[in-house]
Amino acid sequence: MARTISYREAINEALHQEMERDESVLVMGEDNAGGAGSPGEDDAWGGVLGVTKGLYHRFPGRVLDTPISESAFVGAAIGAATRGMRPVAELMFIDFMGVCFDQIFNQAAKFRYMFGGKAETPVVIRTMYGAGLRAAAQHSQALYPLFTHIPGLKVVVPSSPYEAKGLMIQSIRDNDPVIFCEHKAMYDATGDVPEDSYTIPFGEANVVRDGEDVTIVAIGRMVSVAEEAARTLSSSGVEAEIIDPRTTSPLDTETILESVENTGRLVVVDEATPRCNLATDISALVAKEAFGSLRAPIEMVTAPHTPVPFSDALEDLYIPDAQRVTNAVKTVTEWKS
Amino acid sequence: MNDAIRKVVMPKWGLSMATGKITEWIAAEGDEIASGDELADIDTDKIAGSLESADEGVLRRIVANVGEDVPVGGTIALIAPADVPESDIDEAARLAREELDSGAVEEVAGPVTGTVEVEGRTLAYATLGDGEEHVVLVHGYGGDKNSWLFVQEPLSEHRTVHALDLPGHGESVKDVGDGSLDTLAGAVLGFLEAKGIARAHLVGHSLGGAVVTAAAAREPGRVASLTLVAPAGFGSEINAEYLRGFASASSRRELKPHLTALFADSSQVTRQLADDLMKYKRLDGVDKALNTLLGTLLDGDRPGIDAAPLLSTVEVPVAVVWGRADAVLPPANASGLGEVAFVDDAGHMVHMEQPGAVVSAVGRVAGDGG
Repeated sequence: MARTISYREAINEALHQEMERDESVLVMGEDNAGGAGSPGEDDAWGGVLGVTKGLYHRFPGRVLDTPISESAFVGAAIGAATRGMRPVAELMFIDFMGVCFDQIFNQAAKFRYMFGGKAETPVVIRTMYGAGLRAAAQHSQALYPLFTHIPGLKVVVPSSPYEAKGLMIQSIRDNDPVIFCEHKAMYDATGDVPEDSYTIPFGEANVVRDGEDVTIVAIGRMVSVAEEAARTLSSSGVEAEIIDPRTTSPLDTETILESVENTGRLVVVDEATPRCNLATDISALVAKEAFGSLRAPIEMVTAPHTPVPFSDALEDLYIPDAQRVTNAVKTVTEWKS
Repeated sequence: MNDAIRKVVMPKWGLSMATGKITEWIAAEGDEIASGDELADIDTDKIAGSLESADEGVLRRIVANVGEDVPVGGTIALIAPADVPESDIDEAARLAREELDSGAVEEVAGPVTGTVEVEGRTLAYATLGDGEEHVVLVHGYGGDKNSWLFVQEPLSEHRTVHALDLPGHGESVKDVGDGSLDTLAGAVLGFLEAKGIARAHLVGHSLGGAVVTAAAAREPGRVASLTLVAPAGFGSEINAEYLRGFASASSRRELKPHLTALFADSSQVTRQLADDLMKYKRLDGVDKALNTLLGTLLDGDRPGIDAAPLLSTVEVPVAVVWGRADAVLPPANASGLGEVAFVDDAGHMVHMEQPGAVVSAVGRVAGDGG
């Protein structure tokens, strides 16, 4: 039965149900069971924001509280995956990925290819991304484009509790390495989620809203920003079609192109910084494959090319908001050649 | 308020509906309205449909405007005999308008959902109304209890109406066992037993039509009447391509073209409908359930069920309703079924496209319930 739960609860439920279903599923990460300075195992935090809470005692021996050494435990997770386990490693902030890049993009991402398709690496790396929690430049980046760039990785950016649960279960059952990017400002967002287990296939975009006038492709948390803009635009007679790719790799190019062929206008909303991000990637795709359909230049709404500011006022300006999306839509709908 | 004035309220179509928007008034002020006449087209965030009048009289006043968001239960129009003074109508309209503007519309009780255990299987249902007589609505292949949303409310005025999720569907268990007609009929009879309902009017659509027929044949004492809406198990024609396409579609893009086979009016195949069906199809176990049931429905490209011998043993009143534009189970299948109400502008989903035809068919065999 579908009931309303939070993004955090949706991910937690997915982990619970998959650990219940499949003994090879493990969880590992920092602060699963308290971490430094806490009373330890009896005070199982479930990670820094409590996403894995309840798993430690429910599945004894299958939730590993790791030292603060990302290169060690991510490497361990990848190694375990090559031997048939299905580890879900929590790498607290996506900003910390730098210390274990070799394990992720030069090892896990390459095994299937380099061993002639015979090797499988069913590892999931859960990680938090995104600005908005006053966590400053080293804990607020939207780095999913980095992983999207690497062949051999699958990259998931869920935009709601429903997507989060179905995509997490699919990530665990998938036989390739998956980078699962959770927006840290969305954990308390709520939505309808079925109690039963279900999967959402990778590479299938969700058309969040139908519209004839403009296509807005939005990634992760930006989907709700685009929806807010679409409501405002609708009251002034502009109907936006919103597409949530759900996974940036693989990317459902067909749904995006079909929509732009219908609307003739594209706005891409991406919280990542503007060079080589999803906005540029999707803009290039549409410019090449649907150029003849475009009735106005493509607009990109992204963060500026700077680190995420610590100042509250500047951070608020940094994150793309509904007003900027509305302005971008007006630019493309009112454009005259 | 003058007792002769009847309020037309925003209906509650489905569990999640909180508000609706009138997209068009079909009836105009001053029109003579009969019960069942279409009054307005209404759009919700889930579905669009036409509101049929439950009352008769003159449409004296339209209260809610086109495009306005109206909470479920909010008064949208007033119907009264022609002799009710205009001043009384003015007063009632003023109160209704005030209520809408203040947002203080009393919440309408929607269907109550619950589950029962039948032979170790959990079955979900939604019940509306509290009349003495019980009606049980049984959906078809790939459907669920919500497919009755336009039918359940009008039927519940004088009856207790349960919409059931068959095994493998909706929020019921996804294990369908052998998927046989007998197993599914057992689920319906088990539901009656579990709810302590001695005797009920059964209404079944498509596969559900064959299921309620089998239930009536197995336990005649529990069934007061049958209403069969485009039932499976009769005649020799079946759209096997649709059934296989529905079962195998793994994305909205694959599914949507198949869904057009369900309706006379293909604009009924909305993104929301396809999305909701994909949400169902993604649930663990649904794939297996649908494939098992496909084995019940099909024998090669021919129907796998013959319900005619079962129906011949049924002695209670039987009504049959069939959409003239049915492209899944063509209306030619109805020959040999005696009196059949063929419905214009309806495909396989008669109860969604022309719900009034199904409501009146139930009325013919189940009485007015009052």
